[in-house]
Amino acid sequence: MRRIFEGSEHLIRLACVAVIVVLVFFAIRHALVPPEFGKYGHYRPGSLDEIAARTPVFAGREACAACHDDIVTAKSKGPHANVGCEACHGPLGRHAQDFTSQKPVLPDTAKLCVICHEADSAKPKTFPQVVSREHAGDTACGVCHNPHQPMI
Amino acid sequence: MDLSRRELLAAAGKFIVLSGAALEAFESPSGALAADSKYRMADHWWAMTIDIQKCIGCGNCVRACALENDVPEGFFRTWVERYEVNGEDMEHPHVESPAGGMQGFPVRNTPGVKSFFVPKLCNHCAHSPCVQSCPVGATYVSPDGVVLVDQQYCVGCGYCVQACPYGCRYLHPTKHVADKCTLCYHRITKGLTTACCEACPTGARRLADLKNPRDPVHEFLRVNAVQVLKPEMATGAKVFYKDLDGSVR
Amino acid sequence: MHTLPPVVQGFMYPNEVQLTWSVLIVLYPFITGLVAGAFILASLARVFHIVAVQPIYRLSLLTALAFLLVAPLPLQLHLGHPERSLEMYMTPHRTSAMAMFGFVYLWYLLVVLLLEIWLDYRKDIVLSASSRKGVMKWIYSALTLGSRNIDAKSLHVDDRVGWMVTLIGIPSAFLLHGYVGFIFGSVKANPWWSTPLMPVVFLFSAMVSGIAVVLLVYQTVTYIRNRPIDMACLDTVAKYLLYIFLIDFSLEMLDLVHRMYEASESFRTLDFMVHTQLFMSQIVLQIILGTLVPVALLALVQVVKLGEILRRRIYTLAAALTLIGIFAMRWNVVIGGQLFSKSFLGYTTYKMAFAAREGLLPAIGLMILPFLILWGLLKLLPPWAEQKV
Repeated sequence: MRRIFEGSEHLIRLACVAVIVVLVFFAIRHALVPPEFGKYGHYRPGSLDEIAARTPVFAGREACAACHDDIVTAKSKGPHANVGCEACHGPLGRHAQDFTSQKPVLPDTAKLCVICHEADSAKPKTFPQVVSREHAGDTACGVCHNPHQPMI
Repeated sequence: MDLSRRELLAAAGKFIVLSGAALEAFESPSGALAADSKYRMADHWWAMTIDIQKCIGCGNCVRACALENDVPEGFFRTWVERYEVNGEDMEHPHVESPAGGMQGFPVRNTPGVKSFFVPKLCNHCAHSPCVQSCPVGATYVSPDGVVLVDQQYCVGCGYCVQACPYGCRYLHPTKHVADKCTLCYHRITKGLTTACCEACPTGARRLADLKNPRDPVHEFLRVNAVQVLKPEMATGAKVFYKDLDGSVR
Repeated sequence: MHTLPPVVQGFMYPNEVQLTWSVLIVLYPFITGLVAGAFILASLARVFHIVAVQPIYRLSLLTALAFLLVAPLPLQLHLGHPERSLEMYMTPHRTSAMAMFGFVYLWYLLVVLLLEIWLDYRKDIVLSASSRKGVMKWIYSALTLGSRNIDAKSLHVDDRVGWMVTLIGIPSAFLLHGYVGFIFGSVKANPWWSTPLMPVVFLFSAMVSGIAVVLLVYQTVTYIRNRPIDMACLDTVAKYLLYIFLIDFSLEMLDLVHRMYEASESFRTLDFMVHTQLFMSQIVLQIILGTLVPVALLALVQVVKLGEILRRRIYTLAAALTLIGIFAMRWNVVIGGQLFSKSFLGYTTYKMAFAAREGLLPAIGLMILPFLILWGLLKLLPPWAEQKV
């Protein structure tokens, strides 16, 4: 036995150093790897909760009906039935939970409507669109059209 | 849309009240009434459908996403492209996406071409090459089919950004981690739809849950000619387009 | 850091306009390539018993070590969160080429390079531990790991084990730089990178660059030491440089010809890019100045009998051009791969910063650093019998 290791004393020392390094590595790893890492896959499951915990900014159209049922009902009879409230009125998440905390600003129909309805050949042919200058000159759309029931 | 993002962010920790309000007497995006507010990942396999024939290039989705998710300026979790294709030369479409379509598109009316809009976002691939490439396990496919980034764990190497064939990822300029569309995970787990689908005025974009037998997506996939972007990459993309022209890249 | 927005030609996906990987990521494969090449020279001496290159055996090892120590630094500077970089070792994602490379690097550094250097130098270390004074004595004593045994038997053991380490080291060196090639070559989203030839091309260009750097270092160090150059050694090194260069060039041409012939969708975009954005770096620097000229110079020496001074000048010029050419190759792969849109409909430009974290200045600093480390290593572990550089 002794003869095999004769002259290899320094290698055995090196091997011991290596073993220590590996053990230290695993100790550090045990301390540093987040808990439950790998539970669902190769990732930290806590991340799912963190991402899901974010507060929504848009309330969603269902939330508006709770208080503004009359408008929702009127809108549902016209071509804007499937246009969400916040599509025009902007994000109103805070308003939906506490209406005093956020006062919605009425959009300016002179600028808002043309975003969708200005005629362009790239838009689907069946989509209602006009060349606003020819259709109304300088008049804002809201002067003639009720945004919630736009058909005249 | 005049509210600053900072104001909205400041309203933290009130989501319980908000989600309660949203969950009252609502129809979940898939058409079924939610039985309870406890979300079970195993019950869902999220996807999205986009109908090119309905997209009007208004850019509502891009603006809504930016507001909902604090998307940094100059980067896009979703964007809209306008294609102009000369029918005989499908290999050279003219494509533009001014500020990602954030302010809509200027009127062009180019004669003699076929033109249309293509909204794009993360395809939440089932066999995601970005997930495959992540060296540390910071990006992953959730059990309910959403590709997410763990921003507390990401080292910001950018390998996933290179690996995505669709260009939907970027390195966040101030957080220095990878960022991309989360399919509004914080909304869909509360029974809401994504911000982009919420804002879409024509219903071109629709959130889909492939595990829900009553979701309209099953009919959509059965009845229509459906495409995914870059099918040759075999990524298992789950954003399904109806009537996507062959010239679309 | 607010620079002017890059100029976009045609259409880019909105998130593609700014490049994700900078000049630092060009440096990284360049530096690891030098390591692999320098090590292959050392293995020519140790494993293949090419006697002529024996004089630069230790120098090659130390050069490899100096560059390998610097290799992670450009990556650390690039990472968004370098303080989390240990995660690559704690929770490596086994499907990720980048994660697996962390272990290849570690294996190569510890089990191959450091072990081989330690075994080869152990006798000198032990002798220095006895003969030196002060701080240096402590450093050498620590390096002995407490064993002062340098009798014939233990030295014989060192030699045998060292030979085995070098033997394992050859495929390890191939794996080291081939893997870097695979990190790029496995990205199916990028047609400029995605080819099975990428690891092989990277490997052979690495060997070329490593041999070239040792050639320059050897001439420089010998000049500083005021010693005669071993021309048999230099001629042999230059000969191997030529052979491997020919293989490298053939592989790169194979890739190019294949792309041109098949002319698939990405080709038109890439071809246009090479002729416009990458014209200087690809055609002029990489191919003409960086490959054709050095190959011609080295071939000239093989066919025409030239005097020693002229040969040395030619070798120096060829080696310098080679290094520029291989750096240009890394640039063309990394930066070039990000200049075109994945829609194949447009291009962007790379505006390299100067004094920023990922700018030219730190890149220059990181290229100078290995030479400073090498200088220190040459003092600590002199390669040749006569002490002191």
